[in-house]
Amino acid sequence: MSEKHLQNEHIDYTGSKLGMWFFLFTEILLFGGLFLIYAVYRAQYAQEFHNTAHGLSTILGAVNTIILLTSSLTMALSIVALRQGKKNSSIVFQAITLLFGLAFLVNKYFEWSGHIHEGLYPNAPELLSRSHGEILFYGLYYVMTGLHGIHVVIGMIAIAAMLWLTVRGNVSGENFNKLENAGLYWHLVDIIWIYLFPLFYLIT
Amino acid sequence: MEEQNVHIGSAKTYVAVWLALLALTAITITVATMHLGTFSTLTALLIASIKASLVLWFFMHLKYEKKLFKFLFLIPIATLTVMIGLTFFDIWYR
Repeated sequence: MSEKHLQNEHIDYTGSKLGMWFFLFTEILLFGGLFLIYAVYRAQYAQEFHNTAHGLSTILGAVNTIILLTSSLTMALSIVALRQGKKNSSIVFQAITLLFGLAFLVNKYFEWSGHIHEGLYPNAPELLSRSHGEILFYGLYYVMTGLHGIHVVIGMIAIAAMLWLTVRGNVSGENFNKLENAGLYWHLVDIIWIYLFPLFYLIT
Repeated sequence: MEEQNVHIGSAKTYVAVWLALLALTAITITVATMHLGTFSTLTALLIASIKASLVLWFFMHLKYEKKLFKFLFLIPIATLTVMIGLTFFDIWYR
């Protein structure tokens, strides 16, 4: 890219953010549809959902909640640091955010392995022998936490790309809207988990 | 380049919001063990919505955005409310 081109490059800060928000709206509606299915089946099989939820570890769910909330904080702090011209601390905060994302997925891996080991995975003979509500609960559990997990992976890829761009200087205190948009995505992933946690782990 | 000096909050605010989020997580877990019956789902959703609002308002700095952003955000929320409302209207009164 020539020097001249760089100078003339038009950066529409508001437009870029608006585009990101529109994309996030579609994500809200995507998960909203799943929450609707969950709500309907939970209303229909209240007692069975209640009993099945005891099979999930509240502690693992709580730990993952704390991990994601803290990763949202480090993401927000990385933008503050970059805008204050502290490039290195911004890089450190982005790296910590990535590590929290990884920790979340590792927890999720152990959690899913535990259920699969017990024969509680979609279409498993053990699960199919149980009640209708229990089958639906685990079906929704895998689809919703799975789709959320995919979002965590995508968020991590986006943050890793921002980390690379920050190191190279393409994302900087003067040009940080890419990092901000990646941050918006990461916070939305956090918000979805904020709802998933009580709906799957805290039914009493 | 336009408005690069937009306000997006301070580190101090973010840490305070994070502490509030952790406190609300502790509260929602405690409430869940209290066996409030029907109210436990309601309180869980209420607390989750407070947490989500904190993230939206501060971390996603909706607080510092133009009115347009705040207004647009109401559209997916209104859409979802109508979808969920109409579905339950059907289920309850079928």
